Amino acid sequence: MSERKLVCGIEIHQQLDTKKLFCSCESGLRDEGYGAYYRRLRPTNSEMGEVDRAALAQFQREIDYRYQCCEGCTCLVELDEEPPHPVNEDAMNTVLTFSKMLGASIVDEVQFMRKIVVDGSNTSGFQRTSLIATDGSLEVNGKNIGILSVCLEEDAARKIESDGNETMYRLDRLGIPLIEVATAPDMETPEEVMEVALRLGTLLRATKKVKRGIGTIREDLNISIPGGSRVEIKGVQELRMLPDFIRNEMDRQRMLLDIKDILNGRGTRPAEFEPIDVTEVFSECGSKVIRGALENKGKVIAARLPGFAGVMNGGGGNLRLGSEMAQYARTKGVKGIFHSDELPNYGIGNEFVDSLRSYLCLSEHEAFVICADREKKATDALRVAVERANIALECVPEETRDPLPDGTTKYSRPLPGAARMYPETDVPPMIITADRIRTIEENMPEFPEEIEKRLVSRYSINTQQAGQIVRQSRDELFVKISEASGMPAIAAAVLTNTYTELEHEGLNMGSVDDGHVLRMFDLLKAGRFSKEALPSLLREMAKGSDADGAIRALGIEAVDSDEASRVIAAIVKEREDFVKSKGQDAIGPLMGPVMGALRGKIDGKQANEILAREIKKLTG
Amino acid sequence: MSYSVSLSKLLGSIGAKEGSKLSVESGGRTYKGTLMPHHDFSGDDIVILKMSSGYNIGIRVCDDSVIKVLEQPVRTDKKETAVEAKEGLPGITLISTGGTIASYVDYRTGAVHPALSASELVNAVPEIREMANISAKMLFSIFSENMNVEHWQKIAKAVEQEINGGADAVIIPHGTDTMGYTAAALSFMLGDVPKPVVLVGAQRSSDRPSSDASSNLTAAVRFCVKGNAAGVFVVMHDTPGDDSFAVHLGTRVRKMHTSRRDAFRSINAPPFARMDKEGNIKTAAAGRQITSDSAVARTDMERSTILLQYYPGMDPCLFEDMVMRSKGIVISGSGLGHVSEDMVPLIRKACDNGSVVVATSQCLGGRTNLNIYNTGRDMLSAGAVTVLDMLPETAYVKLMWALANSASADEAKKMMATPVAGEMSDRRTHDV
Repeated sequence: MSERKLVCGIEIHQQLDTKKLFCSCESGLRDEGYGAYYRRLRPTNSEMGEVDRAALAQFQREIDYRYQCCEGCTCLVELDEEPPHPVNEDAMNTVLTFSKMLGASIVDEVQFMRKIVVDGSNTSGFQRTSLIATDGSLEVNGKNIGILSVCLEEDAARKIESDGNETMYRLDRLGIPLIEVATAPDMETPEEVMEVALRLGTLLRATKKVKRGIGTIREDLNISIPGGSRVEIKGVQELRMLPDFIRNEMDRQRMLLDIKDILNGRGTRPAEFEPIDVTEVFSECGSKVIRGALENKGKVIAARLPGFAGVMNGGGGNLRLGSEMAQYARTKGVKGIFHSDELPNYGIGNEFVDSLRSYLCLSEHEAFVICADREKKATDALRVAVERANIALECVPEETRDPLPDGTTKYSRPLPGAARMYPETDVPPMIITADRIRTIEENMPEFPEEIEKRLVSRYSINTQQAGQIVRQSRDELFVKISEASGMPAIAAAVLTNTYTELEHEGLNMGSVDDGHVLRMFDLLKAGRFSKEALPSLLREMAKGSDADGAIRALGIEAVDSDEASRVIAAIVKEREDFVKSKGQDAIGPLMGPVMGALRGKIDGKQANEILAREIKKLTG
Repeated sequence: MSYSVSLSKLLGSIGAKEGSKLSVESGGRTYKGTLMPHHDFSGDDIVILKMSSGYNIGIRVCDDSVIKVLEQPVRTDKKETAVEAKEGLPGITLISTGGTIASYVDYRTGAVHPALSASELVNAVPEIREMANISAKMLFSIFSENMNVEHWQKIAKAVEQEINGGADAVIIPHGTDTMGYTAAALSFMLGDVPKPVVLVGAQRSSDRPSSDASSNLTAAVRFCVKGNAAGVFVVMHDTPGDDSFAVHLGTRVRKMHTSRRDAFRSINAPPFARMDKEGNIKTAAAGRQITSDSAVARTDMERSTILLQYYPGMDPCLFEDMVMRSKGIVISGSGLGHVSEDMVPLIRKACDNGSVVVATSQCLGGRTNLNIYNTGRDMLSAGAVTVLDMLPETAYVKLMWALANSASADEAKKMMATPVAGEMSDRRTHDV
């Protein structure tokens, strides 16, 4: 077997539609928050007596945090002002059910842990999490994909704004139960990763206890290529972007391996970090960045990088170590760095590059990197930039990276080690009894395939429609409509084709209330409008109307000809003098007000006939 | 490691101890991980393993389970580095007594323990070493619900010794449950103490990144260095945020919430001072000047003193023995300080027997007054005394101290009516 080009596993985080994991708050998001409690978080020693490297990196950024409360979905528990309550039973049952669906082994006793996270997204400074089951599996396209673990944990607070020194979080999301499911690194192509993610999503939704909509499910990717290292891309929200992130990360790791070969081929040695104050070289420089920094009591600091020329930005844009260095530097709070491969540019002319080289005693092609900011910040930033450059001689570093909207990623922090977990002593361990497992097994939800079969046989819809309805978790709604209206064919067409078309128009069909849709079908059954009006009605309902409101707004309720005659007679009567003077010539001018009153309810021809009749009645 | 007898035996027989790497084969599954201590509420037949992912899980051990030791743990000793005193900085002694502020999750026992040493506590907040030369001592290590009168006496003696030994201030990390009582006891025992004596606690243990221990300790040090006031104080959060702190007088403070960071409140008086996150101190009223006098601890306490909470339907028969065996009785009465008329004869009997009965109010806020209603006047006639707006708990502590430091019940009553450490006042304004 040839070596795999990609080793990839995914972790899916799915919000559950229950109350919060450790308190009785609603688990919803709010548009507004109030209050702004100030907090700081300090990294603590782990049980192995070490401070976690990721936690320490975060604390050194010296960021303060503020926390907003929200109506109905935050209490003292989210504020870390009250210990957690016992774990939510609904959420626990859901994760046990899901574990069983994957054939995973459930632990005998669940122990909640504190996973240290000091980026401020948890008021406590840790996320509460527990391992529920291990060793499951999943079949996708005939291949077995291993499931390493299923965990139950709490979601983090939402970042609302950040200005470099202070970050504001809203607490509504904190504490929403999450199922975290991690696959083995069994996927070998970007497309396969996507298939597995889709399948896991469908199984999660089959529990009927998960939240829907953007942000309620998030993917983390663990990616490595031969010779590369494990890199974690955290928090991808859009499923369709997964293959892009994977391809781009594979390219990035290949690029770093090329750079390693080039550097080792040259015999480049690790650069010693020696920060040098070169402010005087740039005193006359017109670069906006440098001028801004100098006006703000900053300095320009430089460091030599012998042997690194051409890989920071070279190979026709294919070698980009400089951008990796810059991402590390930015974690120290600077806007960026300049390296010799990209100069002259950015308002730094050749004369400055030359005089800097001579100031640093560098020959013409030797590399350097500079940073303009407060002295300490700039020095710290350059230190990590040079460290990053030196790592390029050795390997692809293990990192956590953040997804960007264009399918690429940026460095976020080192991969956290196992040291960041310790027991959550405020939550007692929970024995999973045989009785409980039995009850779970007796109440297993239908698998998606089973639901599909049932829909096909009972409602005579085709398998394609049934598949789509189930994948989009609209099967319960479909059954309700079909049972109430006796129109499964129309219901199926609406829930598949019409919904898809409207979603392509950019409407959020998930926001349409099931009750409103049911009411719409009731009205259809009662003959209040024709089925051709369904798409327009749903379009209106997606904007917030209920079924009756949509019908009124569109004015499409059918009227019988007696009702139409009454409306038209009234219009004629109001204009009696005009009608008497014009006779049948009044039809033209009166069609406007008539259609204004009856548009969509009767057609124009019928209106014209009734109007003629009513005018005749009045004029004799 | 507190596993059940049979499990301990089994683990011991194969040489497994906390930190050993084990493989556990049970119920057809095999788990590998590090043996962790047993939790109080874990099942008797459960072993807890830490997996390589960092997660702990509980695994049921049955008769056919196979446990093997894969590796034994390597112990690493913690290094403690000596700290040199910096010239020009005040000297503060930190007398640790335990409580949440000094607690951490002991990963070998898995529970929160009041076991952080005093120097570990200081080392966890290195910035306070820039403000003062701190010498740390551990007097004892208990949660404050287990604190008793002897502990108060030991703390008072230790404070006296430190101040007379040259300390510019003393900080006492303390559990929060009964910190108000200890603060009151030290206030009376130490009287006109010439230096700041500051009790400080935490509502979140020190092992958490969000702990209020470090910020409260920093605020306590700042108050000792810049507060310019002698006396016994409590320093804690003033709001749920880490940016505001309150300095309370030791006799006026009460824990008013089970879990919030700002649980401590001054009752019937504003906090002595407030502090922002930069350490700026705003004092409500001038404090007692710091002097170079000696500290004197008068630590005698009359132990046969009780604190009774009056409630509707309180049956005097149930309490008669207890009351008649006590030299001091503080009643936390209703409203202005009342008990029911059924209870008045028992008060009379106790007073006639030479005991001191002090009426306070369970309202906490406001002054007692037994002149307004009949029952109150009857209580006064029976011999009860009132102590203005003194907190019931403070009155209880003061009565123990007054009885032990006076020659007669009448003298003790006079002491009760005379402010010693700001514990009472006859004037309250609308804003406290």
